[in-house]
Amino acid sequence: MSAVTEGTPDPRIDIADAAVDFPIFDAKTRSLKKAVLGRAGGRIGTDSKVPIIEALRDITLSLRRGDRVALVGHNGAGKSTLLRLMSGIYEPTRGRAIVQGKVAPVFDLAVGMDPEISGLDNILIRGLFLGMTRKQMEARVDDIASFTELGDYLSMPLRTYSTGMRIRLALGVVTSIDPEILLLDEGIGAVDAEFLAKARTRLFELVERSGILVFASHSDEFLADLCDTAVWLEHGTVREHGPLREVLHHYKGRDVLAELGR
Amino acid sequence: MAPPVTTGEHRTDGGGSSAPVVPDVPGPRSWQRAFGDLRQGWRQRSLWGYLGWQDIKQRYRRSVLGPLWISISMGVIATAMGILYGALFGEPIATFLPYVATGLLIWNFVNGCILEGSEVFIANEGLIRFLPAPISLHIYRLVWRQMLFFAHNLVIWLLLVIIFPQPLSASVLLAVPAFVLLVLNGLWAAMLCGIIATRFRDIPPIIASLTQLLFFMTPIVWSYERLRTNPLAAYVELNPVMHFVEILRQPLLGQDIIWRHWVIVGVITVVGCAVSLLALRNYRARVAYWV
Repeated sequence: MSAVTEGTPDPRIDIADAAVDFPIFDAKTRSLKKAVLGRAGGRIGTDSKVPIIEALRDITLSLRRGDRVALVGHNGAGKSTLLRLMSGIYEPTRGRAIVQGKVAPVFDLAVGMDPEISGLDNILIRGLFLGMTRKQMEARVDDIASFTELGDYLSMPLRTYSTGMRIRLALGVVTSIDPEILLLDEGIGAVDAEFLAKARTRLFELVERSGILVFASHSDEFLADLCDTAVWLEHGTVREHGPLREVLHHYKGRDVLAELGR
Repeated sequence: MAPPVTTGEHRTDGGGSSAPVVPDVPGPRSWQRAFGDLRQGWRQRSLWGYLGWQDIKQRYRRSVLGPLWISISMGVIATAMGILYGALFGEPIATFLPYVATGLLIWNFVNGCILEGSEVFIANEGLIRFLPAPISLHIYRLVWRQMLFFAHNLVIWLLLVIIFPQPLSASVLLAVPAFVLLVLNGLWAAMLCGIIATRFRDIPPIIASLTQLLFFMTPIVWSYERLRTNPLAAYVELNPVMHFVEILRQPLLGQDIIWRHWVIVGVITVVGCAVSLLALRNYRARVAYWV
């Protein structure tokens, strides 16, 4: 979401030999007691070391403008972690990651939403977090209002909204901005069918506007609509990176796109 | 605006080539990235400015008086403490009440920065894990919120100075640089406490008890001048908070300015900023992993 990476020639993502290791502090290792007592008492077994989960390793990827990448893999394969690596939330513990361009991460639509303030205020805050200026957001409020069909509800506190209404709001904000790199994590459910059809066209338009798309989803149909290449993650590494049809074929063991009639 | 841009400055022309040419970039532990974080956070001031206001408005949502409660509760506490401790130490109300209120005003700011600083990243876990933003954003928001509280409490000082006139002079202008120093120290203290407390979760309760202790070690509800004759009183000078209170309280009450406190605060500011920057440089990128 660096709005102004001045003179950005092109959005790009370059990841080389990157790894993301999560330290797992349990209640004991996370406390000072261990650090202090451990030092005084000498090494006790192996528990002086913090266990680590290698969420991602040996990731090498290079994305350029126009890339529409599907991220597939089983639960826990590292899809969300990779998206967060690409967004800059996690910096690689080893290796390098360069992300250049204005990033719009759409991970958890509820985060950054404050239930106590009005929908309008939430639109503004979310927009500011996504790298827009106040003025830009004020210019878009009408557009978002008509898209979400929330009308007068927008001045009500968010806690009065249903789940579907919240998602509308979040989608409305996200699809109204102009990101150079769009990172989508699944979880765009709980919206009624009619709205989804509308959100779909808007989502497609957004993808058109954005330079790079990375989309993690289990929905083959969505992936087929939006992406042309795919990255298959397994146990935190890239198992395969190539055209969507082939990767999906290998991943699922059957030609999914043919079944969808593509 | 804040980059998730894992690197900002150094880039080569990446257009077209699809080979993974990853140029050398400053690593996660570089000064460039640390200062970049502070800079980008500063650029997002419309965001944290707004969030800071929201924090305050939220606390008093649906109450009739709203943020006015900040001033009222401060006024009530200062008055009660002023009268109580004034009676205990045999101090005249006309000088002691403004003294206690001003001390509390400053203490609340210092306390807020340290105490909330230790929770700042833990409390913002959701934002940190889901939205890319410089970590300094949360620090700016916190200190800004404390400044707003300070402004509300300043009303009580103003009222008391009107009711009980103090020998104010041109030295009152020194309150401005004193407050600037306070803010600067609030920033580094919140950053440092925040980083350490995110890694070691025992720190917040330790800080909470420590600040309670510090409150009584700081001449707020008692007068340092009066205890001068007691040889133990000199130990109060070891309490850093005391010097922060003095540099701001002296101009606000028209007391003589004692420059020793300014020198000590200056030294603390330089050392604190240096240590905090070092922590930011080394552990900035780890905060997202630790929350």
